[in-house]
Amino acid sequence: MEHEITLVVNGTARRVTVPARRLLSDCLRHDLGLTGTHVGCEHGVCGCCTVLLDGRPVRSCLTFAVSVDGAELTTVEGLSSGGRLSPVQRAFAECHGLQCGFCTPGFLCTVTALLEENPAPTEEEVLEGISGNLCRCTGYQNIVKAVHRAAELLAEEA
Amino acid sequence: MTTRLFGEPVQRREDPRLLTGQGRYLDDLGRDALAAAFVRSPHAHARIRDIDVGPALDVEGLVAVYTWEDLPERVGRPLPLLIPHPALTHGRTAYPLARDVVRHVGEPVVMVVAADRYAAEDACALIEVDYEPLKPVVGLEESVQGAQLVHEDVPGNVGAHLVQEVAGADGRGAREAIETAPHTLAFRLDIERSASMPLEGRGVYARWDGRDLRVYSSTQTSTSVRMAVAAALELPLPQVEVIAPDVGGGFGVKIVHPWPEEVLVPWAAMTLGREIKWTEDRREHFVSSAHERGQVQYVRAGFDDDGRVLGLDVTILHDHGAYTPYGIIVPIVTSTQLLGPYRIGAYRVEFSAVYTNTVQVTPYRGAGRPQGVFCMERTMDKIAGYLGKDRTEVRAANFIGPDEFPYDQGMTFQDGRPLIYDSGNYPEMLRMVKELIGWDSFERRPGRGIGIGCYVEGTGVGPYEGGHVQVTSDGRVHVSTGLTSQGQGHETAFAQIAATELGVPIERVSVVTGDTRRFGYAVGTFASRAAVVSGNAIALACRKVRAKALRIAAGALEADPSDLEITDGMVHVVGAPSASIPLSTVAVLANPLRYAFDDEAAKATQFSGTSSPDRPPVAEGEEPGLEGRDYYSPIRSTFASGMHAAIVETDPDTAEITVVRYAVVHDCGRLVNPMIVEGQIHGGVAQGIGGALYERMVYDVHGQLVNASFMDFLMPYATEVPRVETAHLETPSPLNPLGIKGAGEAGVIPVSAVIASAIEDAEGFPIDRMPISPSELFDLRSRMR
Repeated sequence: MEHEITLVVNGTARRVTVPARRLLSDCLRHDLGLTGTHVGCEHGVCGCCTVLLDGRPVRSCLTFAVSVDGAELTTVEGLSSGGRLSPVQRAFAECHGLQCGFCTPGFLCTVTALLEENPAPTEEEVLEGISGNLCRCTGYQNIVKAVHRAAELLAEEA
Repeated sequence: MTTRLFGEPVQRREDPRLLTGQGRYLDDLGRDALAAAFVRSPHAHARIRDIDVGPALDVEGLVAVYTWEDLPERVGRPLPLLIPHPALTHGRTAYPLARDVVRHVGEPVVMVVAADRYAAEDACALIEVDYEPLKPVVGLEESVQGAQLVHEDVPGNVGAHLVQEVAGADGRGAREAIETAPHTLAFRLDIERSASMPLEGRGVYARWDGRDLRVYSSTQTSTSVRMAVAAALELPLPQVEVIAPDVGGGFGVKIVHPWPEEVLVPWAAMTLGREIKWTEDRREHFVSSAHERGQVQYVRAGFDDDGRVLGLDVTILHDHGAYTPYGIIVPIVTSTQLLGPYRIGAYRVEFSAVYTNTVQVTPYRGAGRPQGVFCMERTMDKIAGYLGKDRTEVRAANFIGPDEFPYDQGMTFQDGRPLIYDSGNYPEMLRMVKELIGWDSFERRPGRGIGIGCYVEGTGVGPYEGGHVQVTSDGRVHVSTGLTSQGQGHETAFAQIAATELGVPIERVSVVTGDTRRFGYAVGTFASRAAVVSGNAIALACRKVRAKALRIAAGALEADPSDLEITDGMVHVVGAPSASIPLSTVAVLANPLRYAFDDEAAKATQFSGTSSPDRPPVAEGEEPGLEGRDYYSPIRSTFASGMHAAIVETDPDTAEITVVRYAVVHDCGRLVNPMIVEGQIHGGVAQGIGGALYERMVYDVHGQLVNASFMDFLMPYATEVPRVETAHLETPSPLNPLGIKGAGEAGVIPVSAVIASAIEDAEGFPIDRMPISPSELFDLRSRMR
C-alpha cells in the first residue's frame, strides 16, 4: 500500500508517495534524488546514512520514510548555505578529514549535531561523539582534528 | 615561485563536491535504471538439482530472470584467470552464474531484473533452488588433508605449489645453512582472514543505446573492465566505454575483474535494451566479493651469536578460498616481501595455495605483505629473545647497508622482474623510530610492552601508465590518466605535478581518472603504484607540452626556446618578464583555425598574420593543439620502506589490549603531498589495528560465514584507533624522473607484527597467532603461566 507523506528536507517541503516499507535512506536517495546520503551497511552500524531528524542524528537506513511524515530533515546537501561551506565542512577539508568521501556525509551530520549540543567538546567527548560512525580510509585522526577545528571556527564566527 | 607545488600540503580539490553531497558514486547514478538482484547460494558446497523460478513470475515489477542456462556461450564461460603463473597448475575460476555446483556461500545462482531493488529482492525470495548439499572443505588443515575436494579435478585441493630458493654467499642452501648454524629455532605462525571492506560495496550500472555500451563500475581498473566486458560480450572495443565514478574505497577488492555482475549487468542491459544497475549490499560484500590474509607458516631459522640469520626456511599454507581469479599474487608477495630490510644468508620458501569452500582470496591492502612481515619480524623477536639481546640490535645486525643499493635479493617479484631494492636507509630509519617512540628510555613492567616491526614494500609496479595533458585556449590544463581513484586524492596530487611541471596555477588544472573515454590505456590502481607510475607519466607528458609551448612562444616572441620559462601561466624570456605571452595564446597559436569562435580564436585564423605563408600551418612533425601524451613504464618496482613501533598495555584482569602509543617512520621517496601521504598512513595503520585486534572472518564447520555483518565483524571506530605519530625519511628512487615510491599500502603492513611484539613484551610469552582478542589473550595467560 502506498502512502503520501510530506518531508521538510533542507527547508523545503517535499511531497512523496511511498510504500510503507520504503526506507528513509532510499526515499531520500531515489525518490527525492538527494544522493549525498550514503548507505554503507543497511543495518545501522556504519553511520554513513546519518541525517538530522528535527536536529538530531538518526540512521536513515533504519527509519521508514512513512514514520517521519511531517518531520524536518537535514541532509548533507543542506549543511552549506548560500554556496558557502559550513564550518564543519570547511574544517574537514582543512584537516584532510576525508579520503574516499563515502562516510563523510554521515560524519558531517553527526558532528554538526554534536557541536550544536556541545560547542567545545574535549578529546574524549569528540571520540565518544563520533564513535557511531565508521570510516575505512582516514584512521579517524584527521576527523578528530577536524571536529576540534570546526568548534574553533564556530566559536570565531558566532 | 608560486607554481612550485610539488611537495606542498595542498588542500584536496575533490573535497568540495564530496563535502556537499555532490559526489557521484555508483548508486547515485542511473536513477531510472532497472535494478538487478541475485539469488546466492546458502550452501558452502552443493550440487544444484533444479531451479524453479515459477513462483517469482507474478511479482509486480519483475522484468527478467536468468540462470546459467539462459546465458549465451561466450557470457556463460568461466571468468578469466587474470594472472596465470606456471606454478598455478590448477587455477580455477567461477562461472558468472553457478553451473551445476556452488563452492561457497554467496556464489551467485540466479539473476533477477525488476523495476526496483525491492521488487527484485521479492522475486529472489520466491525462487526455489533445489540443492544437494556436499561436504564442505573449511580451514587450511582440512583442505591439505585432501579428504574432501573443493574442485573434483584438483587433487589434494592444491591450486599452486611453488618453491623458491636463494643460496647463501657460500653457495649452500637454507636447509644446509640451518643445520650447521650455531643456533636454530622452529615455530608455527597463524594469521586469520580479514577483508578490504570498503564502505561502498561493488556496483555496476550499464546503458546500451543499440550500438554503444557504457558501463559504470565501482572498480579499481576501468580500462581492464572494458577489455574484459568487450571480450565477454563480443563487442568491438571502441563501442565499449567504462567509467569509474567516485569510488567509496577499494583497498584491493575492487581490482578483481570482471566480477560476475560486471559481465551480467551489461549483458542484460543489451539483451533487454534497458538501463540496469546493481548495487552490492553489505551481506553480499561479505559473502560474494573477496577476503585475504589467511595463512599458516612453518618457520625454521639458523643464526649466529650476533643474531645474524644464516638460513631461513619457511613453508606457507595459503588459503585461496574457492577460486583463483587473481592468480597467486598474494602468496608470491608474501614469499618475496618476507625478506624485508634484511640480508638473509640463505632463504628457502615454499607455498601451497589450497582451495576451501569459502569466499575467494585476492589482494587486500598490503597484499600478502602483512603475513610475510609478521613471519620475519616474529623471527627477529624470537632470535633476540633466545640470545637475550635487544630486539632492535638483532634487526640492525641483519640490515642491508645504505651503501649496498641497488640490492639484489635474488628472487623474482610479483611483476615477474628481479627483486632488486632501488634505495633506502634502514639504519637511519631505525634510529628515527627508536627516538620517536623512546625505545631506549622505555620502562617495561608487567602489562606494559613495546614492540617494533620493519618492512620493505615493492611499490609502483608496471607494466605502465600514461598521461594526457591538454592546454585549451582558455588557458586551462586538462590532465587525464587511465588508472582510477578511490580516495587517494589523485585529482590533487596529479594537479600538483602538472602545475609544477607546466608553471601554471593549480586552479587552472583539472584531472580526470578512470574514464576510458578520456584515456584508454592503463593498468589500474593497486600496489601503491598510482603516484609512481601515473605521476611520472603525467610529468613526462607535461614536459612534452612544455617543450612545444616554448617552441611556439619562441616564434611569437622571436626568442630562443632555451631562454624561455613559464611562470603563473605566462611564457616569458628569462630575466625579461615583459617579453611574454600567455599560455592560453600559445594554445590558440598551436591550433591553426579557419573559423573563429571568439576573439582569442581569431588570432589563429588564416588572415590574422600569425602564420608564415612559406610553411604549412601545421609544421612537419607537429600536431595541432597544445597537448601531449606520454607513458611511464618502469624497468622494475620501487621499494618503499618503513618501521613502526608501539607501546601497548594489557589489563591484568580482563586482558583488554590498549595501544597507548603508535609511531611510524616511513620512506616513500619524494613526497608529492605530505598531507595526503600522512592520511594514507593513518588509514593503513587503522586497518592494521583492525587486523591485529578485531577483524576476522569466522566460518563454522558448514562453511557459513557467521559474522557477515558490521555487528559482528568488528572494524575499529575512532575509539579503537590510537593517534599515529609520524616522521618521514625521503630517500628518492633513482628509477623514475620524480624520485617517488608510493605510499598507499604502507600503513597496514607491519601492524600485526608490531602489536604482537608489544603484547609479547608485556606478557612475557610468545604471540604467534593474529588477530588476538582479549579472550584469546586471557586463555593464553592461563595456558602459559
